[in-house]
Amino acid sequence: MLYKNFILCFFVVCFMSCKEEMYLEKIEGKRIEINDSLVGVSKIEDFIKPYREHVNNTLDSVLAYSAGTYSKTDGDLNTAIGNLMADAVLEEANPVFESRTGKKINMVLLNHGGIRAILSKGNVTTRTAYEIMPFENSVVVASLKGTHINEMIAYLQKAKRAHPISGLSIKLNNNYELIEAKINDNAIDENKTYYVATNDYLYSGGDSMDFFQQSDSLYVLDYKIRNVLIDYFSKKDTINPVIDNRFIKTN
Amino acid sequence: MIIDLLKQTKLINMKRRDFIQQSLAGAALVGLGGLSLQSLTTVPDQRKITILHTNDVHSHIDPFGPEDGRNANKGGVARRASLIESIRKESPNTLLLDAGDIFQGTPYFNYYGGELEFKLMSMLKYDLATIGNHDFDNGLDGLYAQLPHAKFDFVSANYDFSNTVLDTHVKPYKTFLKEGVKIGVFGLGIELDGLVIKELYKETKYLDPIEIAQDMSRVLKEEEKCDLIICLSHIGYYYKNTPDLVSDLNLARATKDIDLIIGGHTHTFLPKPTIEKNLVGENVLINQVGCYGLYLGKIDFYFNRDKTKAANGTTIIV
Repeated sequence: MLYKNFILCFFVVCFMSCKEEMYLEKIEGKRIEINDSLVGVSKIEDFIKPYREHVNNTLDSVLAYSAGTYSKTDGDLNTAIGNLMADAVLEEANPVFESRTGKKINMVLLNHGGIRAILSKGNVTTRTAYEIMPFENSVVVASLKGTHINEMIAYLQKAKRAHPISGLSIKLNNNYELIEAKINDNAIDENKTYYVATNDYLYSGGDSMDFFQQSDSLYVLDYKIRNVLIDYFSKKDTINPVIDNRFIKTN
Repeated sequence: MIIDLLKQTKLINMKRRDFIQQSLAGAALVGLGGLSLQSLTTVPDQRKITILHTNDVHSHIDPFGPEDGRNANKGGVARRASLIESIRKESPNTLLLDAGDIFQGTPYFNYYGGELEFKLMSMLKYDLATIGNHDFDNGLDGLYAQLPHAKFDFVSANYDFSNTVLDTHVKPYKTFLKEGVKIGVFGLGIELDGLVIKELYKETKYLDPIEIAQDMSRVLKEEEKCDLIICLSHIGYYYKNTPDLVSDLNLARATKDIDLIIGGHTHTFLPKPTIEKNLVGENVLINQVGCYGLYLGKIDFYFNRDKTKAANGTTIIV
């Protein structure tokens, strides 16, 4: 009987303890590095393995052959790899844009910082496209008046960087002053509307390309730059881009 | 009736039976010494609650290779699993949380849409996650399609999903009871306009994080009577160039009753948790462990039933 009462008492105490106040006595906080001193759980490794193999097999399938090694640091105001990217956007995105709007992309502007890896001599794979363009940025087309194109040219003169362009050509003198700028071999008409393909990052003000803010219409193509590259590589046997005269400074 | 209860207890909880047996032994002493019963039960006064957390893992499942320029040989889900397993052994009252941006960053996401990320997090026994901006990268439908692979819940208090497919699938908060300590965790997400294209987040409404956090902390403190309140945030640690923009630091200063803010979004590698004063001058811990699963955050909370143990305030060791 006495025992039973104690058991009852215990349950009462136990039940009450769930509701009783808890006082925070001490907090200890830190971070722990995940590195090769830890041995991975084999059950997790085994689970990942088939996914990894599938991804690797398709990523490493050969799309084209690169005739050389191309880096964004080779070249002054235009680079072979940058020219390849801008030309690929023009070639691959224009048919999409044209089929939806009946208009043509007049020029392309990307950013030099958006080239994230070199293109190495040898086999070009889907993985290459992921390395060059790991980000998920997509092609957008902005309509810009000639006056805003001139602002863009002023930006490029000042930036002195090999931002990839296609369709546009700029010639500067030794002091980076403008000698001539043309879109598809025609002088820029301040009143004309031009369709400029870029990526959604730059359109949203990335790299301070504020002239895009003046665009009065935007066409979202839902076409990732990486997929542009994959499609472009798939169509070519040999990738052989060159540094040309599209953006130059004369001496 | 008492016997029945005893039987049930035996079936449900073997540990509890041990307590009963020990308390029976103690009960004999009570008769002799007249000591209070409570002091003789073996339920410890101190309870340790461990909070483990990640953020912005961005589909980084494999470790970085030895040739990686920045993070060589770091990260990897299988290694994280072994670290978590060993911590759980030492500290059974553990919650494992993720502060969002689970998706996007390696081809695993492009190929499988987040399936592998969720399956692995389930295997690691994550308890809860909040939603980051990149978790919308395959749209609301893309996230919804992967939910069956997640054996853990999602919380977000300031995204109103009521006109979307995620309605009822994401709760504002969740509570956990760990050895008598009640823990409330609510989620906060970043403003989507300008960050995520509208086609992806559709009719998701973004509500002011500070107002929502003030309300959530009241609900969890006063209505749910939580002993520990955690905000799982993807609003970003702090924005140096726009210091007034809502961030974890500003949130800590503008609210009360939140004990810990686990952050994400800004990929901030805090070498140790930040201690900030809240609206009423109390300490709030803020922690964020960078990105890509390179680190695991670990915060241990020691509670005591004995008020005198906490009489001089809470000791914080970071």
